[in-house]
Amino acid sequence: MLFFLYFKDLVGQEVTVELKNDLAIRGTLHSVDQYLNIKLENTRVVDQDKYPHMLSVRNCFIRGSVVRYVQLPPDGVDVDLLHDAARREARGG
Amino acid sequence: MENLWGRFCSRATIFSSKLDRIGSDRIRIGLESVTMSWAGPEDIYLSTSLASYLDRKILVLLRDGRKLMGTLRSFDQFANAVLEGACERVIVGEQYCDIPLGLYVIRGENVVLIGEMDTEREELPPHMIRVSETEIKRAQKVEREAGELRGTMRKRMEFLDFD
Repeated sequence: MLFFLYFKDLVGQEVTVELKNDLAIRGTLHSVDQYLNIKLENTRVVDQDKYPHMLSVRNCFIRGSVVRYVQLPPDGVDVDLLHDAARREARGG
Repeated sequence: MENLWGRFCSRATIFSSKLDRIGSDRIRIGLESVTMSWAGPEDIYLSTSLASYLDRKILVLLRDGRKLMGTLRSFDQFANAVLEGACERVIVGEQYCDIPLGLYVIRGENVVLIGEMDTEREELPPHMIRVSETEIKRAQKVEREAGELRGTMRKRMEFLDFD
């Protein structure tokens, strides 16, 4: 629940999602859901030449189960807020 | 699989936004309970539903590396999807081929990504060559055998290192 709410706050930011199949996609976070499925807008693939089939894809839906990393802008994170939220979650649940 | 699910999802999102924000993320409708993502009045359009891709041309990447294209006709909460006029785009090096498949139901657990293909953009870089199905299958075989050979050579090298 915590990460779902956290990603909800990140909607509108530029992120790079790295998938378990090594594909990395940069785009604007459009939406996220409880499964941490991600919808990106204005996408471009990081290594475009390696993935020619993705050329015309500008918006995509990424299944949460295939995400390896979500790379965020360093100033897009309020680490202290996240810290507190995590502590609260761990304590109370 | 209810093929009304897709239409229901988009309507239910609108429905839930008309209620006050619900403490739980389940909406009871009749005897069924449906799991929806949070939808308040302000984020009615922020749902991660695939409804916005309905009846559009999409690219589906599967876990086994396959690339399917077609028109999205239906979906559900597991990302199961119904693709009409589906074809598999096989790419080997600079060559590609679209193999027609017809009407496909894709199980959601195999889905990596669903991308909306922008019809105004080029689907592939211009230098790529379209070939026949037999040709691309041959190229795939060559690539697979080369990969296997590389794998066995590496195993032999690794074996030699362990002395």
